[in-house]
Amino acid sequence: MSTLEIKDLHVSIDTEQGTKEILKGVSLTIRTGETHAIMGPNGSGKSTLASTIAGHPRYKVTGGTITLDGEDVLAMSVDERARAGLFLAMQYPVEVPGVTMTNFLRTAKTAIDGEAPALRTWTKDVKAAMQQLRIDADFAQRNVNEGFSGGEKKRVEILQLELFKPKFAVLDETDSGLDVDALKIVSEGVNRAHAEGNMGTMLITHYTRILRYIKPEFVHVFVDGQIVEEGGPELADRLEEEGYDRYAKGAGAATIAAAAAQA
Amino acid sequence: MTAEITTEKARIGAPSIAGFTEEGEGLVSAKVDHSHNHGVTVMSSRAERLTSFDVADFALPTGREEEWRFTPVRGLANLFSDAATDGDAAAFTVEAPEGYVRSALAQGAAPRGTVLTPADRAAVVASANTDEALHVVIPADAEPAEPVRILVDGAGAGRRSNAHYVLEAGANSRSVVILEHTGAADHNGNLEVIVGEGAKLTVISVQLWEDDAKHLAQHDAQVGKDAVYKHIAVSLGGSIVRLNSNVRFAGEGAEAELLGLYFADAGQHLEHRSFVDHNVANCKSNVLYKGALQGKNAHTVWVGDVLIQKQALGTDSYEKNQNLVLTDGCRADSVPNLEIETGLIEGAGHASSTGRFDDEHLFYLMARGIPEEVARRLVVRGFLNEIIQQIKVPALEERLTEAVERELAATEN
Repeated sequence: MSTLEIKDLHVSIDTEQGTKEILKGVSLTIRTGETHAIMGPNGSGKSTLASTIAGHPRYKVTGGTITLDGEDVLAMSVDERARAGLFLAMQYPVEVPGVTMTNFLRTAKTAIDGEAPALRTWTKDVKAAMQQLRIDADFAQRNVNEGFSGGEKKRVEILQLELFKPKFAVLDETDSGLDVDALKIVSEGVNRAHAEGNMGTMLITHYTRILRYIKPEFVHVFVDGQIVEEGGPELADRLEEEGYDRYAKGAGAATIAAAAAQA
Repeated sequence: MTAEITTEKARIGAPSIAGFTEEGEGLVSAKVDHSHNHGVTVMSSRAERLTSFDVADFALPTGREEEWRFTPVRGLANLFSDAATDGDAAAFTVEAPEGYVRSALAQGAAPRGTVLTPADRAAVVASANTDEALHVVIPADAEPAEPVRILVDGAGAGRRSNAHYVLEAGANSRSVVILEHTGAADHNGNLEVIVGEGAKLTVISVQLWEDDAKHLAQHDAQVGKDAVYKHIAVSLGGSIVRLNSNVRFAGEGAEAELLGLYFADAGQHLEHRSFVDHNVANCKSNVLYKGALQGKNAHTVWVGDVLIQKQALGTDSYEKNQNLVLTDGCRADSVPNLEIETGLIEGAGHASSTGRFDDEHLFYLMARGIPEEVARRLVVRGFLNEIIQQIKVPALEERLTEAVERELAATEN
């Protein structure tokens, strides 16, 4: 079993107006096999948490730690983190010119595993995974994400999740912009990866609808760069009924407005 | 960094919209200088461009002329001067089967001058100052096993060199000719190509110059009935390189493919111009130039002209330029011009895109475990490979792949 541990994490970004603190002391522990939903209004810092775990250079960690089985994740480069078993399914996957999906998937798999995958089984695995996610076979010959629709990009993120078999996956609003069919397909992919790889999942979402298909054991409510409430799946049900309004009252309307302005 | 955007008035296409530039896949950041505009008429037809064997007909370019406006003409005074070759400024070696190299052609000795009439100052001074033009003939039906090679090795920066080569591919021959430039010189080189009926000829012009070389070139080809001509320009070295690759047809059923690959580093100016003159019915042309740019003031230019004349019914033509910007401070100019005088054609298309490899791309690939240098190589190799694999001379493909890798290594340092 592996453990991803986030302790009192403080993160800032540089803006034209100066440095701005987005995460204000976040602590969270995820073990393999667990699914945690991080829920919160737009601009509460959920995506900042995701990008910081992956090591995006825009986010500066000013305090706290992230460790993976005791290893200092913050000391690792972006590619080292991925090779250590962390995977970020991005909210807005970029289009990469000049690199075909086939070439990209093989190169990444080779980097993550430290050796090239056996060609015959790999090709078969890719094909099967694409079929399950209803991704057209001709995508393999297209450049990474180039000309893909929003929904196709999300499916391709989950394709990578299934093929790379990380220890921990952070899904950054993977559900946003998906219709119900696509949401089901994507959720099934996550559930497969979870079941087969004993993966730990951090599911970041604004809405509760993905939680009909992916069942978290833990729910954390994120407001203004902090976790303000934690609980089991019943907390998600309550959020579905009540929304985030009561946190707005609790935290003060000004705080929420400030959080929204960061979006 | 300047934010200069040039505006282009093409003769056909969508109306031009001020400030509008067409971009590839939304990858261009505002920090990149690039332009690609096409719109409606103003310029005269490409067919009316001046050509002449008389140096006096071409004034010294000032940079304000349409065809010189992207070029750093101030650095080219030596190449524009009506001067003889400076002694042994460049060494020429020809590797070809016996009998292929004929006696040199004097001024006015046919077939010299039948296909190439100088179209600018550099070409006319090269022509006027080359008394003996190299003449290579691939015999009819010949299929030489090895490529014919013309090696030009410059003796030193600033040394003036003029050259004119005449290349004939006999009817139904199949051959590859490599024109390779190394060393340094101020080199003006004209290439005149006659592709016989049913012949298949690939000309690969490789610019592996040292950093301080300057090279201006006009390559003109006439493609015979049912013949296939492929011209591939590969420009990696040199401080200023400007190569114009032009083609027209002598009979129906002919095909021309003009390809290019360039990689500009800091301070380098690499310019490629292509002109396909569809003067005959039922011919096909395809133009594809791909370039990478890195470093401060790396500048590339592609201007692609296609003219489909009134009589050129059934023409099928396409042209495309793609640039990949790897760092800040580069500039890629890309101007497709399509001029169509008949509607009875199979197709006429053009495209241009300038993409940027930026921190977000790098982050995406690294977030999948791929180390930075591998990520860069992956992107650039993938991008340029489309042209390299067209060369089909394995040893040369390998050398060029290595040369591109060296260029990339320079980015990383």
